Parts: sequence; C-alpha cells; structure tokens
Amino acid sequence: MNMALNASIHRKEAWDKVCGRAKYADDLPAADHLCARLLTSTRAHARILGIDTAGASALPGVKAVLTGEDCDLLFGPLLQDRYALARGVARYAGEPVAMVVAVDEPAAEAAARRIAIEYEDLPPLLTPSQAMLPNAAPIHEKLADYKRVVSDVRPEPGTNVAARHRVRKGDAKAAFARCAAVIEKRFFLPPSDHLAMEVRAARAEIAADGNVLVTTCSQAPYTVKKQLAEAFKIEAGMITVRVPFVGGGFGGKAPVTLEILAYLASKSVGGRPVRLTIPREQDMASFPCRMGLEATVRLGADENGMLQAAEMEFLVDCGAYTDISPNMAKAIAADCTGPYRVENLSCDALCVYTNHTYATSFRSFSHDSYTFCVERALDALANRLGFDPLELRLKNAVRPGDFTPTGVPATPELTGDVSRCIEEVKRLSCWDGGRPLSLGGSKVRAKGVSCFWKSANPPTNAVSGAFVTFNSDGSVNLLTGVVEMGSGGHTQLAQILAEKLKLDPAQVHVVAHVDTRVAPEHWKTVASLTGYMAGNAVLRAADDLIAQLKRTGAEALGCAEAEIEVADGRVYSIKEPERFMLLKAVAQGYQTPGGASVGEPALGRGGYMLKGLSMLDPATGKGRTSPQWTPGAQVVEVEADLEACTYRVITACCVLDVGKVVNPAATRAMIAGGMSMGVSLATREAYEYDENGSPRAPNLRTYKLLHIGQEPEYRVDFVETPDPTAPCGARPYTEHGIIGIPAALANALSAAFGCALDGLPLRPEAIRRAIGGAP
Amino acid sequence: MVRYEGKTVLRLRVNGEEREVLARPSDVLMDVLRDQLGLTGAKPGCRNGDCGACTIVVDGWPNKSCLMLAVEAEGHDIVTVEGLGGMSAEQRAFVEADAFQCGYCTSGFLMVCHAMLTQHPQMPEELVIEEWLQSNLCRCTCYAEIREAVLRMYGTGKSS
Amino acid sequence: MIPFGFAYCRAQTLAEAVAEYARCMALGKTALYYAGGSEIITMARAGDIRPDEVIDVKDIVECRGMERDELGLSIGAACTLNQIKEAKLFPLLGLACGRIADHTNQCRITLGGNLSGSIIYHEAALPLLLCDAEASLFGPEGERRVPFADVFQGRLRPLPGEMLVRVRAPVWALAAKHAHIKKTTNEKIDYPLVNVTALFYGEALRAAFSGVCAQPFRSERMEAILNERALCPAERARLAVAALPERAHADVEGSGEYRAFVLEHTLKKLLEDWELGSL
Repeated sequence: MNMALNASIHRKEAWDKVCGRAKYADDLPAADHLCARLLTSTRAHARILGIDTAGASALPGVKAVLTGEDCDLLFGPLLQDRYALARGVARYAGEPVAMVVAVDEPAAEAAARRIAIEYEDLPPLLTPSQAMLPNAAPIHEKLADYKRVVSDVRPEPGTNVAARHRVRKGDAKAAFARCAAVIEKRFFLPPSDHLAMEVRAARAEIAADGNVLVTTCSQAPYTVKKQLAEAFKIEAGMITVRVPFVGGGFGGKAPVTLEILAYLASKSVGGRPVRLTIPREQDMASFPCRMGLEATVRLGADENGMLQAAEMEFLVDCGAYTDISPNMAKAIAADCTGPYRVENLSCDALCVYTNHTYATSFRSFSHDSYTFCVERALDALANRLGFDPLELRLKNAVRPGDFTPTGVPATPELTGDVSRCIEEVKRLSCWDGGRPLSLGGSKVRAKGVSCFWKSANPPTNAVSGAFVTFNSDGSVNLLTGVVEMGSGGHTQLAQILAEKLKLDPAQVHVVAHVDTRVAPEHWKTVASLTGYMAGNAVLRAADDLIAQLKRTGAEALGCAEAEIEVADGRVYSIKEPERFMLLKAVAQGYQTPGGASVGEPALGRGGYMLKGLSMLDPATGKGRTSPQWTPGAQVVEVEADLEACTYRVITACCVLDVGKVVNPAATRAMIAGGMSMGVSLATREAYEYDENGSPRAPNLRTYKLLHIGQEPEYRVDFVETPDPTAPCGARPYTEHGIIGIPAALANALSAAFGCALDGLPLRPEAIRRAIGGAP
Repeated sequence: MVRYEGKTVLRLRVNGEEREVLARPSDVLMDVLRDQLGLTGAKPGCRNGDCGACTIVVDGWPNKSCLMLAVEAEGHDIVTVEGLGGMSAEQRAFVEADAFQCGYCTSGFLMVCHAMLTQHPQMPEELVIEEWLQSNLCRCTCYAEIREAVLRMYGTGKSS
Repeated sequence: MIPFGFAYCRAQTLAEAVAEYARCMALGKTALYYAGGSEIITMARAGDIRPDEVIDVKDIVECRGMERDELGLSIGAACTLNQIKEAKLFPLLGLACGRIADHTNQCRITLGGNLSGSIIYHEAALPLLLCDAEASLFGPEGERRVPFADVFQGRLRPLPGEMLVRVRAPVWALAAKHAHIKKTTNEKIDYPLVNVTALFYGEALRAAFSGVCAQPFRSERMEAILNERALCPAERARLAVAALPERAHADVEGSGEYRAFVLEHTLKKLLEDWELGSL
C-alpha cells in the first residue's frame, strides 16, 4: 500500500500562498496595460434614452469610451439574452452600461463618472411571483428571438419564464387523498452573493496577427475561449486563456463576463493590452450572484410517517438574465425530493426573469435552496405526526430498489448510503429527539437536522484530460486544465497520480496555472467533479505512462512486459526484483552500460469523457444528469434567548458519504468550510433591494460575512460507500458542506422558538417578527 | 510642514529596504506597493477596510493598506508578507495547520499574526486573539484552521 | 483607488495646520483635517467627497498622547482608538473604542476622527458626553475650551477652520462604575443597532445612546426615568424607550421598531444588573 491515499498532505501550493508568491489574475505585472472601468445602471429597469460620452472622451488619458451601441452581440451559455453592455434597456441596477479605457485606473474611473445617461424608468419586477402574474410585462420582449445554445432550455415568449423543468411520477393527486397528514409551505429565499475574497478581474490583448490573450480569474477558461471564439468569429486556436490562482470561486467565476468586456476594451484600442478592474461594489451588484427562490412544497405521509406524495413548485429568481440558471432549475427538478423515497411526485421548477442582478451557479448549484424548503416541510410533517424529525428522515431515506425523482434506480454505488449518514450524524451530534432543552431563564438549547443529496448537471459530453511528464530525478509533472481556486483539486489529483504510480506525493509536481494552449481541456472547475473527471483522466495518463515504462523496462531487462512492475521509483521484474532500474533511468528511455539506447521517453496522456448521461424528458423529467450522488446528513445546535430573540450557533455536525477519503484533513476542512458558508448565509446574508429595485449597500461594510469568533464548533465525519466508477471510489464532496446547514439551522431555531421559521436569513429581527413579537 | 501636490517621489522603508516610488498624494499605499513595488501579497479584497486582505504591518501594528495614503508611510517601517522571509513562525504555522484554501486572505491574516507576535510575544488570551483576527475575513475556511495556526505559531498547537 | 488628486500637507504645529486650512479657504478650495484617514479615503473613493487638500494633523504634538493628572485625563485627538483602549486610563472610553470597527482599524482610527466624521454613530462620544468632558479646539482665533457637549451635537461641530485638539475627562469618571453594551444585527463587527453606554455619578445613572436614533445623544429625560428606582426595571426601560427624543432610526440593519425593542431589552437587563449589584 502506497502512502498517497488517506494521507493529510499539505496543499501543493501552500508555500506560494504563505509567501505572497501565489499570483492571482490582477497580481500580474501590468505596466504596459491600459485600464478599463465600468459605468453601471442606477436603475433596476429603464429605457436608455441617451448616453452622453463627450465629457468622458474629452478627459486627458482617455483612449476609448464604449456603450451598448458598440457591440450588438448577445451572450449566454444556455440562452443568448444578454448584451455585454446594455443596449436600449437596462434590466437591473448595476448592469454595465458603458466602459472607459484610459491610460490608468484613476483616469478611467474619473471618465466613467463623467458619462451622463438619460433613463426612462420602467416598472421593475422584483420577485418571481410578481414576474409570473398574468399582466406582468415581459422583461425580455424579444425572448422568442434569442438563440438557444442547448436544446433543453425552452423559454416561454410573452412571459417571464425563461425555462421550465417538470417531474411527474406516479399519481400525486390520488396519493395525497390517502395521506394521514399533509403539509404545505411557502418559501421566499432572497438572492445573496458568492463573496469570493478575490474581486473578479480580467485582461485581454489582441496581437497584430490576431492572436488573442485573455488572463482572468475564471473557473471555466475553456468556456471563455469557446464563447469568445463563437461570438467574435475568431478561430479558437487563436485564443489563449490563462488562469493563475483564483481567490475563491464558489460558482461565481464560472460564467463568462469580464472576459468579454476586456476583449471589447482591447479591441477598441487596436488590441493593446487592457486590464479591467471592478470595485467590490460592482462585483456584488453588477456581476452574477446567488439565485433567489420562491417555492411551494406540499408533502403527504401516512400515519406511520412514510412519505406518500409530494407536489412542489420552485420559482428560481434568475434576475435579469439567465446565464446558467435554467440548469439550476433542472438541478432542482432532478433532485427535488432530497434523499427520500417519494413514489408520487409532481414538481415544476421554473427559471423566472426579474429585475434583480442576474444569478449564476453558487456552491451546491441550488441544492442548498430547495433543500431548505423540503427539509423545513419535513420538520413540519414530523411535528404534525409527533415523530422525531431524525427518525422520520431515517424511515424515508432512499434505499436500494428506490428511484431518484428522474427515475434513476438507487444503488449504494450510485447514490451512497443515506441511512448510515443519518445514523452517524445522530451519534456525532448526540441527537436528543429534537426537543428544546430549557437552560433556565429565557435560554433554551435546540437541535435541528437536515439531510441532503447532490448530483451534478454537466453537459452529457463534458471532458477532461491530463498530461504527465518526467523530470530527470524521476519525479513527475502533472498538467491539467483544472483551476486551483482553493478547492484543493491539484493536491487531490497529485495524490491520485502518486497512488497509481506508487510514488511519494512529494514527487508529483502540479502545474499551478492553467493555459488553454498548453493544458488539455477540462470542462470547468465546477460541480465538485474535479476529482471524478480530471481524476479519471489522470488515472488514464498514469496507465499510459506505466505501459510505456513497462515497454522500455521489458526491452532493457530482456523479459516480457507482463513481468514488469513499476513501483517506489523503480522499474523491475516481478520474478527477479533484484534486477531493477531506477525510474529516472528509464523515464527518458534507457541507456545501457554499453551506451545503446532502449525504448522511448515516457509521456503520459489521459482523456476522459462523461458517459451514460441524458437529457431529461420534458414531460416527465425521466433521465439522468449525473455520474453519481453524494448524500449527507447535518445537525445544527443553537442556544436561543427567547426573550431577546437572539441566538448563538453552538455546534454544527456533518456526515457525508464521500465514497473514499483521499486526504482526511483537506476533506474535513473543505466540508467545514462549506458548513461555515452555510452558517454565514443562513444567519446574515441577503441582497436587500429598495422599493425601486436598487440593491441597498452592496459592500462588505453592510453585507456581513461571518467573522471569526462567532462560528460554532464543527464536527465532520465520513461514511465510505465507494463509487466504483470514480478514482479511488471517491465521491464529489467539495461543495457539499453548505447544503443542509440553512435548513438544519432553521429547524433548530423553529424548535427553540416554537414557531415556523421559513425564511432566510435568520436574523433576530426576522425571528421576532415570525414569533409575533412585532406589529 | 511638508506639502505634496501632484506626483511626487516618496521614500519608503519597506521590508527593511529603502525604496523610491512615484505617487500622487491621493494614492493609497496598497496600490503603490502592488503596482510599483510588485508586492502583490497585499490584496484588494474590498478597498474599503472591511476584509483585511490588504493588511500590512506599520511600525509593528497591523494596518489596512487600502486605508492609508502612500505619503503617510514616509518615515515609517513597513512590512508586507513578502518581508516575512518564508520560514517565519507565522508562515510555518499556517502551512502546518492548513489555514487557507484559496489563499487570497492569507497574507492579511499572516500580517495580523505577525503584528500580534510582535506586540504579544507570549500568547495573549483567546479574546485578544479573536479581536485581532476579527479584522479579517476568510470565505473558504471555517476559521478553525486559522485558530489552530495561531496556537502553533505560539508553539501550543497540536503536534504535526 | 481614489480617482482624483488632492494635495497633502503634514502640519507640525497647530498654527501651521490652521493657517494651511485658511489658505485653502481663501483660494476657494476645500480642505479637510486628516488623521486616521479611513473615512476620508473610503468616501473619496466612493465619490462622496472631493477635497482639494487634506491636512494631516497626526504629527502635531498637542494632538498626541494622553496625560493623567490629579484633575483627570487629557487625550489627544490624534490618539488612536487602540491607544486609548490599551492605555486603560478611562475604562469606559476604552470599552467604547474597542468596539468601533475592528482591531486593525482601531489602530488607525483616531478619537478626533470618530467624533468628527460623517458616519452617524460616533460611539466614542458617548463616554465623553456622560462625564461632562471638556473639549479643546484650535482655530483661526486660537485655542478654545468648551464643554464637550457644547461642540458635539450629533457630531462634532467645530467652527469653520477649527480642529479638535484634545478632550479632557474629569477624574471621577475614570474610576466610576460603568457599562457599555453594544448590540448589532448579528455580526459583532458592525455598526451598532443599539449602543447603550452608562456611567454612574455616585449612585446616579447617566446613559447615552448610539444607533437607536439617527444621531448619538444623551437624554436627561430618559436618565430621570432610568433613575426612578421605585419602579421596576422593566417599567423604567419601557418608559425610557417611550421618551426617546426622536423616532428610532431605521435602515438596512434594522427597523426603528426593532431598534426600540432591542433598546428596551438592553435597558431592562442593565437596570436588573444594577439592582443586583452586578455591574
């Protein structure tokens, strides 16, 4: 057994990060760059009657001023509904309206502030349900004309519905009639932000021969390349996208946004290098955020607490443009029940336009949002029936023989072991039945539970790749298209490669930065699929490398390839292990003592493409979107002051079926990090909009993240049900810590305060309103 | 009285070296460190003093370099993460405790720790540690690893 | 990044600073006295202010340091919040300073800056209002010493061209019984939803507030109610809130109604602790 697996090795890039040497997109030298700044809409919904750029253009140092009139192309990964700069209509407060390119940042910013825009306000639509009203004016008048990039996005012209996914299974109506208890709940979850610590930034330049170089903080460099190539009719081979370290993504850096603007900026100044920077305030208000959600969830169970039927409607608040939101509606539909057996199911998941900042993927791809709704409804059901909420979940947990909402048969290999996660979290949290415990005075303690599962929604043909080369000391270099944004992909891949090559992980050097001209394509660093997709590519590259080493080894040792083993830095014959050559002596081809050359240099390559996935049937939702599911269970404990309506989060527990633990410390840290984001999200984060639809105070002064000192104790444990199709059996885990935390917290607080807390964030003032303490 | 108007050559003492930069009086120190001296360890996470990613140490105290004018730095001793050397107790502790993920907030936390070690050579009480670290935000970790790094920095953490 | 330029002047004496300010005014330019700079820099970046010149007063000897004598404590306006906190000479003011912004910013923000800025909370003012502090200002007409409460109405209101030099707290306040309670929406590092600062002059409770209303204040009427020891704490708290000098402040952090609720609860706890002798 090698030491590479189940080893808590430090991050490959650890020393770069503690020495300030890790470079992020806007850290690279830029003395030769012009600077670009944006002017954004102050109106949530308005016709743009005129833009006066004369004052800006006249300022010294200004090289170009661009508006929507300068680019009539539409962008969007699924549905092309968004201009790079608003044309004619601004659809959210914060939408980029104009861009200035100047010799330096102060000049560009000063000029941007000199641009005068004349607006004519249009009525804003600020919630999905408002946008769904029959008389609501469509935010996109030309919805029918937009190009659909994928076949399963079906906008409904004349309305604000950008996409709709349906799941129909069994006969929900009839089943509800048989239920002993039926719960119906409505939810309103506001949009919020990714708040990666690194503000988005991008640079672009166009060489005289047409070569385009984009440097960006993207999670999806290959998508940047593809979208730029298609939109601007550039041969893809002429475009290079470079991504150094990324300072946190959480899904927010997966869409192609600043890159388009940086390209346009460079083009406007004859291809000169341009650096586009935005302040935090624009990063929050102007670039895609986390979706809001409105939902109605109806659950029915028999007297034993067995779920019989579910009816759900989810309205994803995608904001003014779709970006990837139709797929988030699809993801909700595909996993809508949570990890429970529900045979009679009707679910509609819609993606609805509003005049909010547009949304994009956010850690867990909508699973945190719908899970909140389902898990709150389950607690209400447990209350109604008088069951322990944890036991109710255990009773209904998906088991072999059950099916996912879209009809995929559940097996331990595919969907993991939900029941064991629940049993383990029961132990880990010292679960006490979910009843509040009085501490005397106005203080109580209470626990809340939430289960979850998560699958992925990649394109059915998503790819990854890996190259492995040798150094003269026998160590290897690993090159992939995986972006290192903190999720630890590079280190995990190094461990997978070291395990396969039977090397010390220290002998695997990972190329830290992605360059699309150098590294093989990796779909995107999203969906927690790095370990799975790139991991499989790495395994194939290792196999390829080993085969080459064996070929050279067999020829050098004069034996059959089948007899050759590669391990511990050596190539040797299994029959006569004392006859060996050092890996470094074989890696570049072998030279005999007599000087003869044998074999070839070993160069490993591995390609991987997802298999077996399908589109969902538009009428029933039947189909399969994901290579596997990862289930988990979480418990949050709070101490509440019933009189003051305040609380502290005491502990947060998570048990996740990770398939196989590759790096215990890193996995635990990643999951706890997700839990922490969940605590922050659930306790304090929301975009607040005023009545005109402008975000109130989109900055870190007012939009509070959890600081140190208020965090609970985190307890993380694992269940290991291997996924046989995954490298080392490991399931995706990087996003998952967040998913059930908001629901578990709301369940704990609902138990503590004795009332239904069905909204987010759970601020004391909201709790006070919910318990009827405020007029 | 000293008065500057327009771009001026400033003499700054950064990481023990005398450096000359050309700055406007309204330029904040962070931009001058990053753009002119290439010291990009200080990060523009918010430019508003809220996130702490740009923290440096001035005369032994933590300081958000987005909220200090470069002209104010004249005559003061500036240390950035690049000046920690690479094997300092703070840096080793952060590596050993895996106290970061994306790494963007790391320099800021390290500089708070560096100042804390300067002002409190013996480990202060937990409340003090918390107060110092509450000046910075980390979006990736759950903070437990950062707490552990501080303990290790003072030689009291779990053995590695 | 501040998108415009301004001049920077580092004054060594009060006279220099005031003369430079006057020179700018005479030229029709706007000047700002500059100490910690955090508010000026953030507001300039956001485009809320556009000074032509900032006059740095941190080097002026009279604005620096703390001096304790038998009559009380004198604090330079350029002392940082952290210096005041760590000096532990005026415990209540130290508590207030230790809860403004965050620790790193406390190492930059000065007492004068917190009192003079445009951010509405001015939490360092509360202990000064309660202890009948004296303010020393310097302007074109020279030095002026006045009761702090006379120049602090909602924010520090110096005469044109005048700057705060020092504040002086009387000796009794430095050892008096006190309480400092700051409630935020739910993140500790935040502006106050409600800040209740209390100082006891003998057995008389004095209380000043920030966050509750649109500006910080001390109210004799509320103090009278809070000192009605014949009434129970809950009743006194209720009546005190009813006697707020203006409508409770409402913003994205909390509604006015909620602020009033938090204030009432906070006052009740404070009064209960007082009754129990646990302050």
